[in-house]
Amino acid sequence: MSSTDSRAAIFAAIRANRPNIQPPLPEVPLFDEKAPSDLVTAFSEMLVKMGGKVLDPQGQDPVSALRAAVAGQGIIATCVPELHGDASLQIRQILPEMDPHSLADVEIGVVRAAFGVAETGSLCLTDDGLIVNTSGYLPQHLIVLLDPSQIVANLHNAYRRPELSTHRYAVFQTGPSATADIEGVLIHGAQGVRSLRVLFCPKQG
Amino acid sequence: MPARGPEPQPRGAIIRGNRPIDQQEAARRFMDAPEHLAMHDQRLWDLRKKRDGQKEIIEEWEDLRQLASDIKTHTLTHLDTYLEQFEKNAIANGVRIHWAKDAAEHNSIVAGILRSKNARSLIKSKSMLTEECGFREAMAHEGITVVETDLGERIQQLDNENPSHVVVPAVHKLRTDVAEVFAKTIGSDPNNSDVSYLTEQQREHTRPLILKADAGMTGCNFAVAETGSVVVCTNEGNADLSANTTGLHIVSMGIEKIIPNLNSLAVFVRMLSRSALGSPITQYTSHFRGPRRGAEMHIVIVDNGRTDRLGLEKFWTSLKCIRCGACMNTCPVFRRSGGLSYGATYAGPIGLIIDPTFNRHKYSTLPFSSTMNGSCTNVCPVKINIHEQIADWRQVLAENHEIPAFKKSMMKAAGALLASPKLYRASLPMADSALRHLPRFVLYNRLNTWTRGREMPHVPKETFHQWYKRTRGVDGKKK
Repeated sequence: MSSTDSRAAIFAAIRANRPNIQPPLPEVPLFDEKAPSDLVTAFSEMLVKMGGKVLDPQGQDPVSALRAAVAGQGIIATCVPELHGDASLQIRQILPEMDPHSLADVEIGVVRAAFGVAETGSLCLTDDGLIVNTSGYLPQHLIVLLDPSQIVANLHNAYRRPELSTHRYAVFQTGPSATADIEGVLIHGAQGVRSLRVLFCPKQG
Repeated sequence: MPARGPEPQPRGAIIRGNRPIDQQEAARRFMDAPEHLAMHDQRLWDLRKKRDGQKEIIEEWEDLRQLASDIKTHTLTHLDTYLEQFEKNAIANGVRIHWAKDAAEHNSIVAGILRSKNARSLIKSKSMLTEECGFREAMAHEGITVVETDLGERIQQLDNENPSHVVVPAVHKLRTDVAEVFAKTIGSDPNNSDVSYLTEQQREHTRPLILKADAGMTGCNFAVAETGSVVVCTNEGNADLSANTTGLHIVSMGIEKIIPNLNSLAVFVRMLSRSALGSPITQYTSHFRGPRRGAEMHIVIVDNGRTDRLGLEKFWTSLKCIRCGACMNTCPVFRRSGGLSYGATYAGPIGLIIDPTFNRHKYSTLPFSSTMNGSCTNVCPVKINIHEQIADWRQVLAENHEIPAFKKSMMKAAGALLASPKLYRASLPMADSALRHLPRFVLYNRLNTWTRGREMPHVPKETFHQWYKRTRGVDGKKK
């Protein structure tokens, strides 16, 4: 049987067997009447619960906090312009033509999230932001820049953002990679990154 | 006393071709392993309690359950429309779509795609559909190496076992069991059963296999018709690695995974991990709408019995299931018998109502592996009336002569007794008095399955009818 024949057979079976009722598709409310007024604090609390950390901006300059966090840590790869041009750091710039495997030796990846979700402490990373998708997974550790003005209250609001219907790939990453598959013991760093830190940093330009 | 090693892991149900699964026999072996039984029971009850905690935090929890159930009712009754919309949008995004009637066709389509790319090794994230299809075995015949990247699924693959639970596949294993499997297969220290050590061993062993692989495969938690995208939820990030590391991403998707739009998706993403593990969301909720630049993305859309299920008047709502496993975590039978005792791809309460749709004879005993306490129905995020369907399956199986002769003759006798009020009332005082006076060995023996693992209830001195007659008299007036 070819895939086309199977397609026809499946559709015929659905039409013959589907229950003969016409219930409507319900409207889904935003459920955000009681959203916290301070989304940054709400986001940070959830992020920490999910195993992530907030990087202390050390005064007023988040970029100097970022420099301090990556200095002397081994191979650093970045998708963000904030660290470019600093010759004192061994920075590898992530470029679209790079092979996905080329990030396997990276110690810390630095990427920017499109937005955050306060309800869950999630970061929305898109293919544009990651440049090479594996930059979110193959490095051992991840630092994510997040514009504090780009945090939505909950997932209903998150799914109304344009990113989810325009990008070929978008992920809600919430804390580092985790597993509890052996006797329920929580371990960070199962397959993806071992740690995830968020630095609040307004987007340049 | 001689020194004892770690308690050996009890194995699952013995499969004898098409013969009905003896779940009780496998469950008894699980219960005979006290360390496994205690860990399993506590671990799953802990997940159930965490789920309750999330339910308390989310004020709109019951609204979300109703929305999830209603969205699924709408989608399943318009399945053709949404599948067409999904297909059209996915193709427009540059995805190749394939359709498979059954497991064999699914496997041959995937093998064909891999062959056309000269791909010999495949990394994949967990997918119950591929378990249903016997995918890894089929690929082994094609000479294709499949590496599971989810830790629990990898443990099960290395131990030649099926997953015992839809979310936590190796939940029935003690850390000492994992240490033994890893020592035999990936060369870890057999005497080190520290969980961090074992997890790190797997990471170090699997990562090179991920980097060397020719193709990647994921399952599909939700497929969004509006955008043509598939959504995969994992905690380890292994679906993202499987999909993004190689130039070829194959998605295995059941037709019932379809939902209309992103607004609907929000409801399900809010419910899935909260119901499953009691966490607000999985660490990774990944949306694949199209292939990466220079890469290929294929989606294989599979029926494998689902359209038949859609036509079963009493059972079609089982297609609403989002595979969170909450019904398993709360089920007293599942927690004490282990998922492998069911001898089927889907275990626990949801398995009891899905498995007989695959094979009524082989899985005819499963709907009887329930206490009918209704807890599964209470926790189900899409409001499937699971325990009612279990009762309905018992009836269907009885009508189809799919229950053992002993159980049938007992039920026939009970039916005759219950159909005649006179006979019933006459028998009660006799039975009660017999229960009070019979020696224990008569009641607690192999034939009376009820008394295995529990005491008979205390028998009242008189029946309600006797009490009524004594205190209210024949005319019903109080004496």
